[in-house]
Amino acid sequence: MTAPVRIDGVSHRFEAFEALRDIRLDIAAGEYVTLLGPSGCGKTTLLSVLGGFVDPTEGRVLIGGRDVTRLAPARRPTTTVFQDYALFPHMTLRDNVGFGLRMAGQGRRVRHARAHEMLALVGLETAADKRPHALSGGQRQRVALARALAVDPEVLLLDEPLGALDLALRRSMQDELKTIQRKIGTTFIHVTHDQEEAMAIADRIVVMNRGRIEDEGPPARIYRAPRSLFAAAFMGETNRVPARATGTALETPFGTLPHRGPAGEATLCLRPEAIGPAPGGLALGPARVRDAAFFGTHCRVHVLPDAAPGLTLIAHLPPGELPAPGDLLHLNAATDPLTVFAME
Amino acid sequence: MMRVLPWIYLSAMFCFIYLPVAALVLFSFQGGGLPVPPFDGPSLRWYGEVLVDDDLLAALAASLGVALGSSAVAVSLGFLAAYGLARFVLPGAAMIRALLIVPMTVSYLIVGLGLLIVIQRLGLPLSLLTAGIGHTVINLPLAFAIIYASMGAQQQSAERAARDLGASEADVLRLVTVPMLAPAILAAFFLSVTLSWDEFIIAFLLTRFDVTLPVEIWSMLRSGLSPRLNAIGSVVFLVSVAAVILAELLVLRRRG
Repeated sequence: MTAPVRIDGVSHRFEAFEALRDIRLDIAAGEYVTLLGPSGCGKTTLLSVLGGFVDPTEGRVLIGGRDVTRLAPARRPTTTVFQDYALFPHMTLRDNVGFGLRMAGQGRRVRHARAHEMLALVGLETAADKRPHALSGGQRQRVALARALAVDPEVLLLDEPLGALDLALRRSMQDELKTIQRKIGTTFIHVTHDQEEAMAIADRIVVMNRGRIEDEGPPARIYRAPRSLFAAAFMGETNRVPARATGTALETPFGTLPHRGPAGEATLCLRPEAIGPAPGGLALGPARVRDAAFFGTHCRVHVLPDAAPGLTLIAHLPPGELPAPGDLLHLNAATDPLTVFAME
Repeated sequence: MMRVLPWIYLSAMFCFIYLPVAALVLFSFQGGGLPVPPFDGPSLRWYGEVLVDDDLLAALAASLGVALGSSAVAVSLGFLAAYGLARFVLPGAAMIRALLIVPMTVSYLIVGLGLLIVIQRLGLPLSLLTAGIGHTVINLPLAFAIIYASMGAQQQSAERAARDLGASEADVLRLVTVPMLAPAILAAFFLSVTLSWDEFIIAFLLTRFDVTLPVEIWSMLRSGLSPRLNAIGSVVFLVSVAAVILAELLVLRRRG
């Protein structure tokens, strides 16, 4: 099953702390959305509001058009994959996965058949008689996923589900989550603080900071043309070049670019991979290499441009040849799209 | 020499602890009429006498009943108190917790006297039931402390997951909380049983016609030493050991 989710003006306070401030978000049925942000940004609180574990101070949550704001977790068409898995240690995997159906009053035969089907979906069909302590972290994660999906929820909530796994396992589980979501079509809402995970997995990323939504959209758009400086920085490394907007142009230490927007102090954001020797965009002029390191797919280089004393830029240059410290490079920056933020 | 010393110390310690019990058990097999050396057994004569003594057997049954009943009540109440305090934010929770545990520091004599006064004020007759109430009072703090200490974040998140999957509060308790806490609950139960089983002062103060085994033994002691007492003492010891072994097996098996 699958359903759209509408978060309508949700705010939540923990005593004096404002965890969520007027969150508005529409999620389509069958969409894979990640809530991305640093710890304390409110993403887990928002997920708890969706799951029914936190009663928001204000606002409404609608799932499939139905107001579920005051509904207990047990009565919602959502299930959650918890960060610590929260498996039942005294039950076999079959009973763990069948638990939701047991609560729904299904008979043993139906439960077991469904549990086996779900365990097969996550590749654990041969382990049905084992108990959780006999499994590795990645396997426990799969059981938690199977258990949450066994009741056929309309919306699946995942709370940093891959946080406890090592990097290689995390990458392969990301692919698997995505495949499973495509196969069953349920709406997935996935909380993470890892922007690579968010990009790898999501149809849409919602970047959160201090209880607010900073930006939301497809991964490529958020990466290339973020709507806030915070989103730009959180999505990956970025160079911040101080600039001045005049209303019709942007004056930078490297020259003037056409730019419409409010006049005043501004910050131009340049991704490291947008800087390179290829002509076009904004000419950065001669720049001295401070240090350089080989990263396989690129060389990560710190350069000191002559045009802007005191500014250090990070550039990802082609991996062909590693520049030496002290080398003089002539670099250009691609400026389409132009990412500029007015200073606050 | 330095390697032998710890072993000597260890054997001395075990002698100190177990010699009295060993002597008690040995002289329960005494052939003659006095439980003093020289040993002239072995003989099962005194066990035979114990087994046909209706008063002793009634007291034994009473003790078992009081121990099992009061432990079941103490563990149930202790579990519910621990669950409430561990899972819900209550005003004055620290105070409630302290009040639940403090009775452990009050001597059994004071608890017994207090209960005696209250029970007589209420006009209740002294019986095995009142002794059971007394044992519940002394075992409740212990059961609460053991169970409360083993309630952790792991059960809490499993309970949350169960609710998320549609479990009612009763289902959560029955299918998740109690099974996950079974080792602590069983440990509390068997400890309560052994404490109630050989408790004397409260049982002495709060019983009248039907008495528990320790009280019966005490009244037998007044008529002097007899290997009969050794025999019944050995039976008491055997029951305690059995309870401890059962607890070990049940608790350790579940942990494994």
